[in-house]
Amino acid sequence: MKDKDFRDNETLETFNPGSENFLLTTIDDIIDWGRSNSIWPLTFATSCCGIEMMATGAPRHDFARFGIEVYRASPRQADVIVVAGTVVNKMAPVLKRLYDQMSEPKYVIAMGACAVSGGPFFYNTYHVIRGVDHVIPVDVYIPGCPPRPEALLYGVMQLQRKIKLATITEAKKIGIR
Amino acid sequence: MDIDKLKEKVIALVPEAELEENKQFLTFYIPAAKAHEFALRLRNDEDLAFDYLFCLTGVDMPKFLTVVYHLTSTRHDHSIVIKVKTENRETPVVDTVCDIWRTAEFLEREVYDLLGIRFSNHPDMRRIFLDESWVGYPLRKDYTDEVNIIEL
Amino acid sequence: MKEVIHTPVQHVEEEEYNINMGPQHPSTHGVLRLLVTLQGEIVAKLQPHCGYIHRGIEKMCEKDTYPQLIHLTDRMDYLSAHINNHAICLLVEDALQIEVPERVKYIRTIIDELTRIQSHQLWWSSFGMDLGGLTCFFYGLRDREKILDIFEESCGSRLLHSYYTPGGLMWDIHPNFQKSVKDFIKYFRKKIKDYERILSGNVIFRERSRGIGVLTKEDAISYGITGPSGRASGFSCDVRKHYPYAMYDKVQFKEVLHTEGDTLQRYLARMEEMYESMKIIEQLIDNIPEGDHQVKMKAVLKLPAGEYYQRVESARGHLGVYCISDGNKTPYRMKFRSPSFVNLSVLDHISRNTKIADLVAIGASLDLVIPDIDR
Repeated sequence: MKDKDFRDNETLETFNPGSENFLLTTIDDIIDWGRSNSIWPLTFATSCCGIEMMATGAPRHDFARFGIEVYRASPRQADVIVVAGTVVNKMAPVLKRLYDQMSEPKYVIAMGACAVSGGPFFYNTYHVIRGVDHVIPVDVYIPGCPPRPEALLYGVMQLQRKIKLATITEAKKIGIR
Repeated sequence: MDIDKLKEKVIALVPEAELEENKQFLTFYIPAAKAHEFALRLRNDEDLAFDYLFCLTGVDMPKFLTVVYHLTSTRHDHSIVIKVKTENRETPVVDTVCDIWRTAEFLEREVYDLLGIRFSNHPDMRRIFLDESWVGYPLRKDYTDEVNIIEL
Repeated sequence: MKEVIHTPVQHVEEEEYNINMGPQHPSTHGVLRLLVTLQGEIVAKLQPHCGYIHRGIEKMCEKDTYPQLIHLTDRMDYLSAHINNHAICLLVEDALQIEVPERVKYIRTIIDELTRIQSHQLWWSSFGMDLGGLTCFFYGLRDREKILDIFEESCGSRLLHSYYTPGGLMWDIHPNFQKSVKDFIKYFRKKIKDYERILSGNVIFRERSRGIGVLTKEDAISYGITGPSGRASGFSCDVRKHYPYAMYDKVQFKEVLHTEGDTLQRYLARMEEMYESMKIIEQLIDNIPEGDHQVKMKAVLKLPAGEYYQRVESARGHLGVYCISDGNKTPYRMKFRSPSFVNLSVLDHISRNTKIADLVAIGASLDLVIPDIDR
């Protein structure tokens, strides 16, 4: 994909800092490069999207080449939580607790229609949370039921782009950690 | 054992059994008071030998609550459906069968959780899917929940 | 010089303590919480807590029409998605007394068996991974991608297809279907020997699974354990043999039965089932008859008032659908007898007095899919 087409999300570009100290931007670049190329996710898959997440780690659509080397079982050691699957009322406090236990900087990818907005379980059910952003703040939304492995890789690439825009000084102000 | 002999045997054991016509399996309504003893006979009798309970359902019919048991015998290869009903909608109670077929332990907990039918003498009568603090029984037809349900 | 004070060593009683496995845990294969009571390393009692993915599918089915609720059954046991759809289609077709064309039956049987192989491949990958052999994860998923390619070509998506409808199929299969399936079978017959060399013949694996988690035949019948887990204990419960549907009464295959019922036998039962599935596909793939892929159905399906029970053999066991209809276009009550829910009830019974490391092996050998438990 051409770089011009990849940068098709205008909102992110407006966060580019205008003029900053040369030394700080170099340090920012190095730190962001390190962070974005080694995102380690937490093992959190509730339902069908979890299988597509496992398939993305499989040999065909290997995501270890994007820096996602291993899945960490403990939230203290993970950078990103990929919420793959439906979140129900009983699971929401568990998800919140896991998110709170992760250490900064942390990111959230909502994968699949169920995590984005409730998906096929939006109507007529009494136990589903319509979208995981009612519980934790989300960085990247990936639609699909289930999204293809290539869609998950695109979402991860968008997250990498978002991380690269973070700076030491501006990060907390504009909501990108 | 063929259908007619099975029918006669069941009616001989429980004369108050009501037969339901035109169903896929041989179906009987058994009064709740005799249900447990009848279930024991179904498993232990040599000719009947219903040792495999493959489905336990709770149904909210318009006038009463029913528990439906689908049974089959691995030795004789015949099947039967037993239904037990209760008119009491506030505190429905039915005898448990989990001392006869161990699979009923979880299946009865599910019926209690979603429909509110309690089973007496069950070793662990608690909700299984929903939280302990959930109020109401979702699968009942008169269940309303403005907070959680979005109607189409 | 300081005096050395000796304190007598106190004899510490081993107490029981509870630990939580899950709901977020790499080895529970989903969101299942196991409250394990341990004495040292020995499991004294185990209480499963489910409901962390309870989406209320049975309640949702009461508001959906019959063709609409096929997409909900896909998501119950997503690894045997086609087989779940097959159950609903058979229910509606039996109730309305519709006869589907031969071509549809052949294709449905072939795709069901491919689904079974694909589900067992994923099971094998995660089983090996749980016991520590990460190679199994990569080998199994690599070969599973070939089946997903076949599905994508003919059914439209890799997972969760909703390809069967009451009356037939959504659209006809792709012209490459026969060739792709035959190529896959040739490829997989070579690869499955690799699987046996890596895991089945591995001495560590055998020591970790022989004699662990024994389930007797009487217990299997009483607890209602079906599928390969039940057949490994000697309980002959294959729905394809006892109550055949689609083309299963016209093909030759063996019902895989073992007697000891431990973890190793459950593992070997599933490996042999993959061979049997390939045998079924080979008998059918060259003889698919020409014909329509769908019977003309009415736009609105109303089942006559009554009760219907339909059973199929999913990759995990006996999947039953019990439907009570009152003549409307939506069912009055829809109940799914899911195999994983019933198989879970025996986990406590067979893991008593085993070590906690064995608990992982037993849980993996039962092949539980958690959304199937909670629906």
